[in-house]
Amino acid sequence: MKPAEVDYVRAETVEHALALLAETGVDSKVLAGGQSLMPLLAMRLAGPERLIDIGRVPGLDRLEIVGDRLVIGALVRHHRVATDPLVARAAPLLAAAAPHVAHPAIRNRGTFGGSLSHADPASEFPACALALGADIVLVSAAGRRTVPAETFFEGLYQTALGPDELLLEVSIPVATPDARFAFVEFARRSGDYALAGLAAAARADGDRLADLRLAFFGIGDVPVLAAEAAAILASGPHAETAIAAAVATLDAIEVRDSAAAGAAYRRHLARVALRRAARALARPEAAACR
Amino acid sequence: MTAPLPAPIGAPVPHRRTWRLVHGRGRYVGDVTVPRLLHAAFVRSPHGHARIDAIDVGAAAATPGVVAVFTGADIATVCRPWRGVHGLFPSLNAPLQHALAIDTARWSGEPVALVVATSRAIAEDAAALVVIDWTPLPAVADPETARDGAARIHPDLGTNVCLVQSHESGDVDAAFAGAAVVAEETFRFGRHTGVPIEARGLIADFDPTERRLTVHHSHQCPHQMQNDFAVLLGLAEHRVRVIAPDVGGGFGIKQQLYGDEIAVCAAAMLLGRPVAWTADRLESFTADIHAREHVVQGRVALSAAGDILAFDVDDLHAIGPYSQFPRSSAGEGRAVVAQTGAPYRFGAIRARATAVFQNKGMSGHYRGVGQPIACAVTEVLLDKAARGAGLDPIAVRRRNLVRAADLPWRAPTGVTYPRLAFEECFAALDAHLDLEALRRDCADARANGRLRGLGLACFVEMTSRGSGFYGTGGVAVSSRDGCTLRLEPTGGIRCLSSITEQGQGAETGVLQVIAAAVGVPLDAVDLLTGDTATSFHGGGTWGSRCMAIGGEAAWRAGRALRAEILDIAARLLQADAGALDIRDGVVVDAATGGGRMTLAEIGAVGHFRPHEVPGAQPQLVASASYGSEAPFRPGCGLQLAVVEIDPDSGAVRLERFVVVHECGLVVNPLLVDEQIRGGVVQGLGAALFEELLYDSEGQLLNGSLADYLVPTAPEICDIELVHAHATPAGGDDLGIAGVGEAGTTGASAAVLCAVNDALSARGASIAQIPCTPERILTALGVI
Repeated sequence: MKPAEVDYVRAETVEHALALLAETGVDSKVLAGGQSLMPLLAMRLAGPERLIDIGRVPGLDRLEIVGDRLVIGALVRHHRVATDPLVARAAPLLAAAAPHVAHPAIRNRGTFGGSLSHADPASEFPACALALGADIVLVSAAGRRTVPAETFFEGLYQTALGPDELLLEVSIPVATPDARFAFVEFARRSGDYALAGLAAAARADGDRLADLRLAFFGIGDVPVLAAEAAAILASGPHAETAIAAAVATLDAIEVRDSAAAGAAYRRHLARVALRRAARALARPEAAACR
Repeated sequence: MTAPLPAPIGAPVPHRRTWRLVHGRGRYVGDVTVPRLLHAAFVRSPHGHARIDAIDVGAAAATPGVVAVFTGADIATVCRPWRGVHGLFPSLNAPLQHALAIDTARWSGEPVALVVATSRAIAEDAAALVVIDWTPLPAVADPETARDGAARIHPDLGTNVCLVQSHESGDVDAAFAGAAVVAEETFRFGRHTGVPIEARGLIADFDPTERRLTVHHSHQCPHQMQNDFAVLLGLAEHRVRVIAPDVGGGFGIKQQLYGDEIAVCAAAMLLGRPVAWTADRLESFTADIHAREHVVQGRVALSAAGDILAFDVDDLHAIGPYSQFPRSSAGEGRAVVAQTGAPYRFGAIRARATAVFQNKGMSGHYRGVGQPIACAVTEVLLDKAARGAGLDPIAVRRRNLVRAADLPWRAPTGVTYPRLAFEECFAALDAHLDLEALRRDCADARANGRLRGLGLACFVEMTSRGSGFYGTGGVAVSSRDGCTLRLEPTGGIRCLSSITEQGQGAETGVLQVIAAAVGVPLDAVDLLTGDTATSFHGGGTWGSRCMAIGGEAAWRAGRALRAEILDIAARLLQADAGALDIRDGVVVDAATGGGRMTLAEIGAVGHFRPHEVPGAQPQLVASASYGSEAPFRPGCGLQLAVVEIDPDSGAVRLERFVVVHECGLVVNPLLVDEQIRGGVVQGLGAALFEELLYDSEGQLLNGSLADYLVPTAPEICDIELVHAHATPAGGDDLGIAGVGEAGTTGASAAVLCAVNDALSARGASIAQIPCTPERILTALGVI
């Protein structure tokens, strides 16, 4: 299990990385934490000609509040997302989701930007980004653009990231005092890829929920916003009848089938996740649940 | 042996090798360096079943750094093919198997060509350039299709059946006709594998000037491999040396001959250069042996009072495309036939085991072999029958267990159990916990709508086989072990033992036995294992035997060395040897304990001034070998599981797991505990997580550690260990029974019983492992 020969270049700056990406004729992959890319190389499921290592590019690990946004640099490690008090305060959904991301050794290396740009359908952070209405900031030699999470994830391992672009950072609205969230995930073992999961974010508005966003992961090729279910749950007090109605809308969502979990099972788990999340969101101290 | 044995026998000494390994001082096959070493990579069949029309190695051979590319025909010029026959099963169909497939590949992952290069990376690059023209053939994947379908894996056999074993005793039909309750179930057991952390691997070094082959081999049975390599490669066995250095787990995966491994030896012979190969994890999943793909139709007959009247089992076992070599593929089905109902008294049995070929990976002897199947079938059937009769399942067990008064128990399976200790095990269980309170807790939870259940499995583990199975069957597998002890000039003892160590701790147990036998501190003994050039030809690790067999040999060698030391001391001291003793490494006056001579003084005299010893040539070396005269030594015990099922997700959470175990003399309780815990975890993996999934074309769907779910620490609860102690067997030996497979043998059964107890709240049940959440929800009718 040896990777095929590959060129390796360590980018010194963002500009350097972008210049390398802009070079034509080279099939490049950006290497950050390497927790997904390196196994793909070792198993020869990916075979780029060049690795551009951004691991030591200064400034890409910024984690700070700018105005009413939490900015998470591409190189911020999962462990930091899980433990930094700033994340717990400004984006508690992310802090709740982070312990579900693989295992401690992987969280020590894996990066937030890497997770989003890899876009594994079963991973947690893309769904969180979607639920939180994140903006994803991409740069290329030609300039900088911002893509909302809704349009960033295009398909199985497919994103809006162009071949000459680098995911620079992610900008998330800072949680307001009335923010509520829920995170539910089903996996066979601790740290496994999700069979189905749900990242949910809202604001409390009396006994109703405002701005409710329900982002499912693990059930389709991309994280999916369940808009219809969210509309039902947000329209009134969270009675069990409303929850049942919201759950019923999931019948229309496309669910993938695999040896690890059949479609009927995944859909069932999605329903259970929605029930649990809806009940959790109804509580003032809405927090992660399993 | 009834006299109390001296320390450190019985002491919970931590495994000594661990200290070195955790300091990074391990020396595994991958750490061995040899001058002029080359590296191999395999081209493997991407098809479950396909004809090889042509192999073009041109581009691979032309790759810079590639030294040779060998096809199956090339390897066959120096390596004979083999058949996995067994003389006790003359009707066993054992098709001829080559190291590398020559004209037909019969499983996805079967080795087809071998690239040898100056680095593994280059070998892998070149392997991708080998072009093979394939004609896919119809594949046979599931057991029933293999037995009943039209497609043939070996057309010349005319059947896909490898072996049918049958046994009938007592009037089975009358027993079922007269039964108050008959419980019946169709069981499905998922194919799984052992997943040692260190993958299989070897370095083969051939010196053509002397036709001498030296193999560093990650293997449990180096002596077996020495014999296999010599016979199949046409070498003199005394010039073949197999060294098993540190080995990172075996579990039966490293117990047989593999085509890819002997092909590496053949490549070394063809090239006259050393060749290394270590399986990568993806290769491990397709090319390591698998086990336990069974479909079992089982019935039990119970009287109204709860007496077990009869069992009737029909086992279908799918073994992959060949009978494994050298042990054959008879063992797993044999265990189902022989071990069904093992803990219990009953009068009649009809048992049949059919092994069939299929286009999946080779199967072999994974920890416990067929015993976990027999145990699960027995225990689940008993629960179901007891429920059907309105009886308490645990009371039914207690009622029917083999008692001391029944020993030796001649079971209707034809097996005679000389020693079982279930009364002591139940007494120990009752002392450890309040079983009725636990059961009430589960029943209360179920009454409140929760799915909580308790399962209790009684198990018998056949350990430490004698030579009546392989030896009598003409299989070149030793059931003996040997030990040589040498007193070094400064008084330390060097031990050369034929046992092998893969992490289980047998080395430390053997050291304890030697220290006790001679009378020296533990640290005064050093041990070398795993080298066929230095030790007696012994069995190594298989069938829970290292301590029972190798420990006995060590005891006898130790007592012999002790006798000689005392004889030398008596001659030097002009004393009676019978009045002397060795304590803590010093020859003492047995009556007073007063020191007379150190072992260093004995060593110095014996090695450098032997003329001072009147009337004797000091040998300062003692050897003993040992093989059990009995067919096997039984260990036995109970495994208790408490589980809670999430009715929404179907996930099974282990709440409590208890093992009560009796294994005769316990040399090291710490190591016994950890052996059993490790075995339990592999049984829990089988019960809840692990299954190799194939499609109908024979393609493995989950052959990686991300997809094949080995349980990890968060999935397992604490495993409580309780040792029961029964009267020693009373022979002239130490009376050790093995423990290596005990945990695995009963764990799946306990969990399956607990899951069914939990599901009984909703009238549901399951007879398939692993009990995946998806299967649980299906059983509950939720999906």
